[in-house]
Amino acid sequence: MTTTHDTAPAHDVTVRLTAVGTTRLPGERADLDAAPALPRPGLGRPTPAERFLRWAPWLSGLGAAWLVTQRLLPLSGVPWFLIAWFVAGVLLTAVVTAMTTGVTDMRDRVAESVVTGAALLVGAALLSTVLFVVVRGWQPLTHLNFFVDDMSGVGPKESLDRGGVLHAIVGSLIQLGIALLITLPLGIGTAVFMTEVGGRFARVVRTVVEAMTALPSIVAGLFVYTVWIVALGRDRSGLAAAFAIAVMMLPIIARAADVVLRVVPGGLREASLALGASRWRTVWHVVLPTARPGLATAVILGVARGVGETSPVLLTSGAAPFLVKGPTDGVMNSLPLFIYTNVRSGEPTAINRAFGAATVLLLLVLLLFVLARLLARPKRARSRPGLRRSMGASVRALVPRRTPAPPAPPVPSEENR
Amino acid sequence: MTTLPTFDRPTIEGDVRPRRVSRTPRGADAVFAHAMRAVGASVLVITGGVGLFLGWQAFPTLQRYGLSFFTTEVWEPDTDVVGIAGILAGTVSVAAVAMVIAFPLSLLTALYISEYAPARIRPTLVSLVDLMAAVPSIVYGLWGFFLVMPHAAELALWLQRNLGWLPFFQVRDTDPDAAVWDTSRYVGSAFCAGIAVSMMVMPMACAVMRQVFSQTPVGEKEAALALGATRWGVVRSVVLPFGRGGIIGGTMLGLGRALGETIAVVLIISVAFEVKPNLVEIGTATVSSTIAGRFGEAGPAQLSALLAAGFVLFLITLAVNTVAAVVVNRGRSGAGVEA
Repeated sequence: MTTTHDTAPAHDVTVRLTAVGTTRLPGERADLDAAPALPRPGLGRPTPAERFLRWAPWLSGLGAAWLVTQRLLPLSGVPWFLIAWFVAGVLLTAVVTAMTTGVTDMRDRVAESVVTGAALLVGAALLSTVLFVVVRGWQPLTHLNFFVDDMSGVGPKESLDRGGVLHAIVGSLIQLGIALLITLPLGIGTAVFMTEVGGRFARVVRTVVEAMTALPSIVAGLFVYTVWIVALGRDRSGLAAAFAIAVMMLPIIARAADVVLRVVPGGLREASLALGASRWRTVWHVVLPTARPGLATAVILGVARGVGETSPVLLTSGAAPFLVKGPTDGVMNSLPLFIYTNVRSGEPTAINRAFGAATVLLLLVLLLFVLARLLARPKRARSRPGLRRSMGASVRALVPRRTPAPPAPPVPSEENR
Repeated sequence: MTTLPTFDRPTIEGDVRPRRVSRTPRGADAVFAHAMRAVGASVLVITGGVGLFLGWQAFPTLQRYGLSFFTTEVWEPDTDVVGIAGILAGTVSVAAVAMVIAFPLSLLTALYISEYAPARIRPTLVSLVDLMAAVPSIVYGLWGFFLVMPHAAELALWLQRNLGWLPFFQVRDTDPDAAVWDTSRYVGSAFCAGIAVSMMVMPMACAVMRQVFSQTPVGEKEAALALGATRWGVVRSVVLPFGRGGIIGGTMLGLGRALGETIAVVLIISVAFEVKPNLVEIGTATVSSTIAGRFGEAGPAQLSALLAAGFVLFLITLAVNTVAAVVVNRGRSGAGVEA
């Protein structure tokens, strides 16, 4: 106990006492200005009561939603029910949390509900897209001729056991192959030029390439249509379509590869140069192998974009109903174009065929996507585990995480059609 | 026992001289540098050539129609009345609807993936978003046309009944309270097309935002937690301010794509060249859908007009993308993001 002046008023004494730091019992309010203690959320595992408070509002929200949509308001239908359920669930969560803990916790809980709800909605949209196309496209896929026949001599109204999409699949693959032959060396070469050679000219190239990723794909198609078909007087052909796809894909792949090469650690380059390797050997034996998974991902995701793009081929290839194997042999169909023309025809059977082709296209994209994911995984340690592992770890730390999708196709940048 | 090494001193001083250090590549390196420069130059010629060609082709159109090219609403090459005001307005309205839907959803989804999702399923969710972006636009077009459009029409009717005082939700020449409502006035609108386009835009914007959020310094998040913040407190006070650049940039990149989207829009809309605020009413046209619909019957003059429209679209997209790149790179979060 400290001594105090006996002239001091009584409450002053208590304040001084606490200020000096005597031991206080809980429950004794020492500092009159302090905010009242709030119940803090527990740090341990939630108790059964807390867990109950998590899901109970949603359960009662279900009942409230039924009451509101089916009995009180004229809002019939599943969508309204789900909306009402969500709103009721969020409201009840807010009320219950505010009653048990506090406003801060209530905000947290409501934000969590809204964020999770939005993510679920997006997931449902993706699921509904894929399921809807696959369910409607399933019927044509059950006929073997759908994969081995073309549509020559088959009218749009004929039943599904005649005709198929072989010509569209072959056409897509041919056009994509040619486009890839053009874009792969040019795109990766440009990326190497921009990152490894550098200089003022490289900056100009980078600026222009980045600007051209903004080119809408339809404009790329219109460009090839105007130059190749109208001005040069060539026929519509698979080659023209391949050119259009290449014009669209080239900036995308170049930019994505540029991003991947830029995250190759500079230390690896410098180590190679310090050991006396020349620059092209450094690029060939160090930079490109390190970036290999990322480059593969970038290219494959670019291909996935190219194979699904309808607008460039719409203007340049022409929709042939028969199998065309030569890229210069005139009109050639492709999967997206086949889907588009069949849907536009308005015939129920043709629309069914379009959904079948859309399922094939989705499977193709999925295949490419899975391939990209597999290639993006760093190689397992094989020969010299120690060295491999440490190097792999450093590369892994840089490459896959920072270039999540190197351009996830969606990749930010290439994304502009 | 230790022996001292004996050094062979060079007898002739002039023999040992430091190698001349030069940055100019020689031998195979020179070939490499020149070859790569040639590749870069050819890509520059190809891509830059497309841009220059479009600009050059647009010139005669601008000369012919002058300023009225930008103020005329209709696209009637037969009567020689051609302008892009209508299709630009359509492009903007479709993109606006798409962004209104896609922005909140992509932001919240990115937050969910980076902050709320269990760590175990996070890589799967990231892959799913990427997969969503890889789905061809024609597939979203089918989804929008066959599955969503009937429901979107009902929603449009509901919007007109309840929010009809807003010009966006007005549908002319209809009676919303009629016993049998006129479905055909509510389909094929910018609203329906915008829903399908938003599905293409969302994964892109979401990928950029998530990437930026995931770079939030862990120390700052833990500091907020240690000060007693809830999870939402961390998001609001650390993650969102840190990721502001990514949010804006991702949204604008999405907008750039929404402006150029073609096939889904062509499948869904009914063509009408008109500047109007009625988003949910039937009929609109975008620049890209007009190109896709009109290129076949176009003569040289109309082809030039289409190219001019395409060039204007390209310039708009380019401006939007450039702003997006600047915003993403300027923010604190932009350091490691190659958007």
